[in-house]
Amino acid sequence: MIGPLGRIFLRDCALLVPGGRRGGSLLPLLFFLAVAMLYPFAVGPDAPLLARTGGGVVWVAALLAAILPLDRLVAPDLERGLFDQWALRGIAEEAVMAVRLAAHWLSFGPPLMLATLPAAALLGIDGPTLRTVELGLLAGTPGLAAIGMLIAALTASLRSGAALAGLLLIPLAVPILIFGAGSLTTGGESGLALTAAISLLLLAITPFAAGAAIRAAREG
Amino acid sequence: MQASPPAWTDNAALAAVDIACRRGDRLLFRGVGFALNPGEALHLAGPNGIGKSSLIRILAGLLRPFAGSVERTGAAALLDERPALDPQWPLGKALAFWAGLDGASAPAHEEALARLGLARLLDVPVRYLSTGQKKRAALARVIGQQAPLWLLDEPLNGLDRDAVALVEVLVAEHCMAGGIAVIASHQPFALAGLVRCELERHVP
Repeated sequence: MIGPLGRIFLRDCALLVPGGRRGGSLLPLLFFLAVAMLYPFAVGPDAPLLARTGGGVVWVAALLAAILPLDRLVAPDLERGLFDQWALRGIAEEAVMAVRLAAHWLSFGPPLMLATLPAAALLGIDGPTLRTVELGLLAGTPGLAAIGMLIAALTASLRSGAALAGLLLIPLAVPILIFGAGSLTTGGESGLALTAAISLLLLAITPFAAGAAIRAAREG
Repeated sequence: MQASPPAWTDNAALAAVDIACRRGDRLLFRGVGFALNPGEALHLAGPNGIGKSSLIRILAGLLRPFAGSVERTGAAALLDERPALDPQWPLGKALAFWAGLDGASAPAHEEALARLGLARLLDVPVRYLSTGQKKRAALARVIGQQAPLWLLDEPLNGLDRDAVALVEVLVAEHCMAGGIAVIASHQPFALAGLVRCELERHVP
C-alpha cells in the first residue's frame, strides 16, 4: 500500500525521468553531451590541455544543463490547479516539494553522472580525475537540483519565469561550482566535503522555501 | 439513488461570516454570510467579474478573505476551470492518479466514469478532450474525492444539455446523501431547495 506522497512521487518520476513515451525531456542530457563534444573542437586537439580543463568543462556543462528542466518543474502543475487540489486534500506544499525534489534529482543527477562517462572519453579525462568529477557531481547535483527547484517555485507564477530562472540559477550555483570543480585541482576530499555540505543545506531549506513560494503564488 | 454509502460519518457544515474580498486595490464584495447544514445547497449568482470564483476559493481555504471568516467541517472538493489532469496522459491514467490518492473504491470509480460518459474516452490523452469532456472528467475527480463539501465553480460551462441535467442530478444526489454544495454560476441551476445568494447585493 502506498500513501498519497508515494503516489505523487511516482507521478513526478513518470513525468520527469527522461525517456519513455510520456517521460521527461532528454534535452538536458543531450545539451550536456553536446558541450563536451563541442569543447574539443573549439580548443583544438591538444590532449594535455583537454585533460587538464575537461573536468571544469563537465562542471560548467552540468550547471547549464540544470537550467533546462526548470520551466517544467513547478509552473505547469501550478497552472493546472494540481497544487490547489493537493492542498484541499490536506497535503502540505512542503511535502509535495520535498517529494518533487527527490524525483527531480533522480531525473537529473544520475543520468548526468552516466553521461559524464562518454563526456570524459571525449575530453580525454584520466581515471583518477574522472573519479573526482563523478564524486563531485554526486555531491553537487542534489544542490543544483535544490536550487533549481527553489527558483522554479519562486518564478512559477511569473510570466517570463523560465528566462528569469536561468539567470537566477547561475549566481546561486557558483559556490557549488567553485568547491565542486575546485576539488579537481586540489585533488582533495575537502572540496567534495564542502560541495556536499552546501548540497545538504540547500536540500534542507528548499522544501520549505518552495512550499512558501507556492502559497504566496496562490494569493497573488 | 446512491450506489455506495458516503464515506463521511460526522456532520458536515460550512459557514461564512461577514466575508469581504479584495483583489488588488479593489474591494469586490463585503458582508457575505451564510450557514449551510447537511443536505443544503447554495447558488452564488452574479455577472462575470463580481467575485464568484474568488469567493469559492475563499470557501476552499485557498485564498484569505480580506475580512470575515469561514468555518468548514469536513473535507472540500473543488471544481474550477482547471481540471487538474495531466494533459499528456490518457484520461484513464490521469483520473486513476486522483482515485488512488483519494482511496476511491474501484466499483464506485467505474460507476462514476460510466455515468459521466467517460468510459469510452479512457485511452484518449487529456489534451485531446473537448471543454465539456474535460469538465465531466473533473466532475469524476470530484465524485471520487468523497468529500462532504462540494465547491463548484461554473460547473455547467461547456456542457451540453444532457450533461447539464446530469450535473443537476449528481448535485441533488450529493445533497440527499447529506452533502453540502456551493455552486457559483451565472447560469440557472435547477435543484430543489437551492438557496440563492446574489453577490451583486454585496458590492460596496
